[in-house]
This record gives sequence, C-alpha cells and structure tokens, in this order.
Amino acid sequence: MGTLPAPDLAREWLTTMTLIRRFEERAGEMYARAKIGGFLHLSIGEEATIVGSARALRDSDYLISTYRSHGHALVRGTPPEKVMAELFGRVDGCSGGRGGSMHMFDLANRFMGGYGIVGGNLPIAAGIALASDYRGSDEVTLCTFGDGASNQGTFGETLNLAALWKLPVVFMVTNNQFGMGTALRRHSAVTDLQRKGESLGVPGMRCDGMDILDTHAVLVEAVQRVREDRRPVLVEAVTYRFRGHSMADPEQYRTKAEVAHWQERDPIPAFAGLLVREGVIDAAEPQRIDAEALARVDAAVAFAEDSPFPAPESLYDDVYVLGPEVRGWYSMPTSEETANPPYAGAETGQSAEAMNDEIPQRLTHALAAGEDSGEGPAGDS
Amino acid sequence: MAQMRYREALNAALREELARDERVILMGEDIGVFGGAFKVTDGLLEQFGERRVRDTPISENTIVGVGVGAAMTGLRPVVELMTINFALLAFDQIVNHAAHIHYMFGGQVSVPLVVRMPQGAGHQLGPTHSHCLEAMFLHVPGLLVAVPATAADAKGLLKSAIREENPVIFIEHESLYGVRGEVPEDEDHVVHFGLARVAREGSDVTIVGVSRMAVTAERAAETLAAEHGVQAEVIDPRTLRPLDLDTILASVRKTNHCVIVEEGWPHGGVGANLAALVGEQAFDDLDAPVQRVTGADVPMPYSKPLEDIAYPHEPHIVHAALAALNLAPRTGASSGTPATPRRAAR
Ligand SMILES: Cc1ncc(C[n+]2csc(CCOP(=O)(O)OP(=O)(O)O)c2C)c(N)n1
Ligand SMILES: [Mg+2]
Repeated sequence: MGTLPAPDLAREWLTTMTLIRRFEERAGEMYARAKIGGFLHLSIGEEATIVGSARALRDSDYLISTYRSHGHALVRGTPPEKVMAELFGRVDGCSGGRGGSMHMFDLANRFMGGYGIVGGNLPIAAGIALASDYRGSDEVTLCTFGDGASNQGTFGETLNLAALWKLPVVFMVTNNQFGMGTALRRHSAVTDLQRKGESLGVPGMRCDGMDILDTHAVLVEAVQRVREDRRPVLVEAVTYRFRGHSMADPEQYRTKAEVAHWQERDPIPAFAGLLVREGVIDAAEPQRIDAEALARVDAAVAFAEDSPFPAPESLYDDVYVLGPEVRGWYSMPTSEETANPPYAGAETGQSAEAMNDEIPQRLTHALAAGEDSGEGPAGDS
Repeated sequence: MAQMRYREALNAALREELARDERVILMGEDIGVFGGAFKVTDGLLEQFGERRVRDTPISENTIVGVGVGAAMTGLRPVVELMTINFALLAFDQIVNHAAHIHYMFGGQVSVPLVVRMPQGAGHQLGPTHSHCLEAMFLHVPGLLVAVPATAADAKGLLKSAIREENPVIFIEHESLYGVRGEVPEDEDHVVHFGLARVAREGSDVTIVGVSRMAVTAERAAETLAAEHGVQAEVIDPRTLRPLDLDTILASVRKTNHCVIVEEGWPHGGVGANLAALVGEQAFDDLDAPVQRVTGADVPMPYSKPLEDIAYPHEPHIVHAALAALNLAPRTGASSGTPATPRRAAR
C-alpha cells in the first residue's frame, strides 16, 4: 500500500477513476440503444489499475493498450467527447470513426493506441521504446495487456528481445482473472504471472490493481527502474472486470457470488472512503465528483450525437500516404466501378493531384445492416 | 429434412463426427466452457468431455501447429479460430507446415486437419475483425478451401472436411450463423468437395457468388428477373479448392455473360483468379468482359455508413449483371455518394 499523494493529485485520481466508470456505464447504455456497434469491452472494475499506472508516467512517456482501452484514452487526456464520438462512429472520434471501440488513438497525448489483436501491441511497444532509446531520450513505454495475452507468442518473443536490447518498456499484465470466458488457471500453466518473464530476463513485480495507491507506488518504482536501468520489467496488476468480456457475454463461466465478492473491493468507493477518512476531501466531495463525471459524460454523448458520420467519399482516404511523385494505382477499382463512369469530381479532402476525371467511382448503396440474416452474429470475441 | 440455423448445422456436423470417429478432437479459444465465440460448439464439451473438446490459451499459431502434429500422427483435429483475421497469426503453421508437409516429405504423411473460422463484414467490428480473406488461402497449394453459404452446405461440407485427408481451411460467414435452411438429417449427409451448387438456373448471365455473396447473388437474381426480365444463373462454388470450374464454364457457355461476386478485396482476389480462368477457357463464349463485384480496396472501417459501402450489396450485383448485358445505365446508377479509389498523380 502506497502513501497518499498531495490532495490535488488525490482528487484528480478519484475524478478520473469516476469519469472512466461513468463513461463506461454510459457507453454500455448507448450500446444497448444501438448508438454503438461492434464489440464493446468495458473496463469497469479496472479503474485503479488504469489510473494508478498511467499516473506513474510523465506526459512524454508512451502508453499502449488493447481493445479494452476507453479508460486508457481518458486517463491520458483524450476528451470524453472524442472517445464517445469514436464509439458512435463519427468524424470527430479520436480515430475518425474508422477504428471504433477497439481502436482508440491519441498521438498528441502519447496514447499509442488500442489494438484488436490479442498480443499485437507488445512488439509495437518494444519498437516505440527502441525509437526512444535511439533518439537518446529517456522516455518510457507502458504496455498494458491481459492475462490471456500472456500466452500469445508475442509475449515471450517481445520480452526476450526487450531484455536483450535493453528496451525501456514496462510490460503490465492486467490480470482480471479471465481471458474471455477462460479462467486464468484454465489458460496459463503459471498463474503467478509476474514470474512469466523471469526466464526471459525480465524481472517481475506485482501490485494490487484494486488499490490505486499500491498500483501507483509499484508502477512508480517500475517506471523509475526502467527509465534509469534501461531494461524492461513485467508488472502484474491483480484486478477483476465487473462486467462481461464484451456486451454479448452471458457470463456462464463465473458465479454471481464471485463477482459480488470482488465488487466489495470496488476501487472507487474504496479510494473515496479513504480520502474522506484521511480528511483529504469532505464527505460530500465524492458525490460532487460523481455529478461532475455524469455531466461530463452527458456532454460527451451530446457531442457524439451532433458529430456527423464520415462522408462516403472519404472511404478511400488514408489507406495510403499518397506520394506525389509515384505513378500507378494505389487502390484498385473493380469492373463494377469501371463500368460506371465517374461522378463529377467529388472533393475528397485529399491531395488534389490524386483526383482525376478518369478515376472510376465506387457505387454506393447504404443498405440496412444485417440484411442477410434475421439476427446479428450473436458473437463475442 | 430439418429447419436449422447455419450455426446449428455446423454444431450437428461436429457432434456427429465426434460421435462417429474417436480420432476427431476439437481445439480452440473459448470453444468449451464458453460454448464458442459464435456458439458453434455449444454443448459439445458437456457431451464429449475435456479430452475431446479442448479450450486453449490464446495462441493461434501454436494451436494450429498442435493440430498439424496431431493430424500427422493419426488424429483428426478440428481447430476453431475466432475470426479469420486471427488466422493471420497462424499463417506460419497453415502455410509453411500444414499445406506443405505432405509434399515436402514426398507424400509419406498427410495432414488431415480442419481449421474453421468465420469471416465477413456487417457487424462493425472494424479493421482487425471483419475481413474476407479466402483469396489468401486459395493462393496456397496444398490447402483446400471451403466456403459454405447455406445451412445444408455448412453441415455437409464440414463433415467432408473432417473426413478429408488434406488440410482444409473452412471459412464460415458471421452474418450467416443465424440464417435458417433445410438440412438433411441423415448422418451421412456429406457434400463432396469440388461440386458447385447451382442455386438458380437462368439463361442470360452467370453470377458466381462466393461465401455470403452466393446468398446476396440469389436475391439479386430475383430482382433481375422481376424488374429487368433478366434470367440469371447463380452458382455457388462451395469449395474454391478444389474448384468446380466445369460447372462454371458450362454455365458461361450457355449465358455468354459472367459476373463474379466476392466480399474480399479486388487485388489478387477470388474473382481476379476466376475471371482469368474463365477468360482463358471460355473467351470465345463471352459476349462481354467478365464483371467483378468485390469489397472496396480498403481496410474495413468501423463507422456504419462507411462499412455499408465497403462491401457489395444486392444493387451492385444487379447493376453489374445489367452492365455485362449492356443494359445498365451508364451514369448515375448510384443512390449514394461516390468514393474514389486512389491513384497517384501522373
Ligand atoms: C489474436 C486474437 N485472438 C483472439 C481474439 C479474441 N479475443 C479478444 S479479447 C480475448 C480475451 C483476452 O483476454 P485477456 O488478454 O485476459 O484480456 P481481457 O479481455 O481480459 O482484458 C480474446 C480471446 C483476439 N482479439 N485476437
Ligand atoms: Mg483478462
């Protein structure tokens, strides 16, 4: 258990944890109202892990995460408006509506993205750290991933390489006890996850991911070691997700009693209660913070509602960085497109040279979703 | 015959083959306790136990590789990958190993492995979960590729796949899981590989539809008949390798026009391949160039309006067929706003 930070900091931590909680709850509601599509993975229950770890970073350090990353964007300072707009698939979303829930991004705040492929972010984190080192900076990269991801080949490969090349990465395994519906002991031979890097030359540490003070204290030490010694560490944050894996999860793999047991350790009331008891904030403050968070989230929803959908003619934007000196087709029209002569040159907001009257256009028909079946995929992954 | 959903038909095939052949085992992420990401394996753990129905860690390349080794030594593993994009993590075991072992070792061992996975857009899963990649597997000698479009074929082709001596990439479609169809209840309902299904007969234009696009093409054919007096013949190849080219060529010889519809990307796509084959072998029978309808040449975007225009729908197929027949309006056929494929400046 770490020590209490200065009052302003403590208040900010509670505020950010509360914002993440309220944001996630509202996102869940918006999903139920079909404002949000695809898969939606919430991090309710994991707020102390998110805020405690991210607050151990400097603004110039990097954070990289998974498909469960709304909280990571928020903690790095991405406005809730932009995160909600991304969930709504709107142009003002932090990925322009292209990525959705699983693919948040905020370069300015050095949030290097959420990634939909389990284990996909680990090598990328090592590459970011390589670039930091190469540029002679002392930046650190915090790479978060799940307990399930620690079984992916990239885990062993990246930890070995990062240790070998002395790359400044804090690998943080967010052990929320499950990879989808598979409990830790059913997917990992070694359940003491902090030890999984030992044979690869990456020392382990552990924090109580339900306790923001402990999480922060351990991560401060981890970040400092990495920054000074220029070598990776692996931190296991022990936590729990209170909601299903994603919204379609019937949660038959765990009992209500188990969830309730962990909910008793809900990190937000725990920290709020501590701050009140320690006299850092008065007893009414948590409620004020909560009301502010709700207002913030209301504003985010209103913003997202008002933001337009991406224009159809933007479909091909940003597949490539277009080189002005390069000849030839980047993207291929089909004969269906070739058969249909161009519409008068639509303005696409991209390099004007790329526009040409001879360029075949794509037919567009925005039909209702799910036209081929009576139901959605009823999937979850 | 029984009315079954596509997903239930797959479940029935797995259940029957598990019961029929002790060598069959299932492996995959969340296929057991969770019942499968798309509930295809629901109930199989309960019926057959953990020895035969195995939840695995998230380790795609390794799970497929374990399947390869077990297949080489007498088992008939069926590996489930949650989504076709995750098969990219297993490309090493699929291509360098599963596909090549029989050839590389001079035919001494075979790899009777099935790797099942769903593909397809339409559910806003964005650029890491929504693609149609059958062309990537079709490219590889040594692999067989099945793309069932109906519940009956889902069952019949999966049973064939499990009994096959070669490695099979078995590609399901996410949007079809909930679709019902008539399925023979016969335990021996197998659909042999290399036999296309003529979904609809017609004399004016041949439309080849791959995976879900066979279903969309059938609907387009009804519209062509009702609104344009055009009789389209719709062919679902069922397996891309082995390919029933004869059925397609015979149809083209009859109709003299050909449209190929797929959801995947146009560059090096299934349609590109098939158009070349038809062009090479039936050039004299064609009255017009083969038309291709494909997904847009972009990573699949999340936002609904963009996703909608990034894969083919019925009107695209109707229009392509009319264009092949020189009946299409040459401009303004679209109800939407145009997007522009990119090329560099000259
Ligand atoms: C390569 C790959 N395989 C499978 C999946 C499907 N999937 C998404 S999340 C998930 C579970 C991951 O569990 P964990 O790493 O513990 O993270 P958590 O979801 O608990 O945050 C799975 C199997 C995927 N997205 N990518
Ligand atoms: Mg987990």
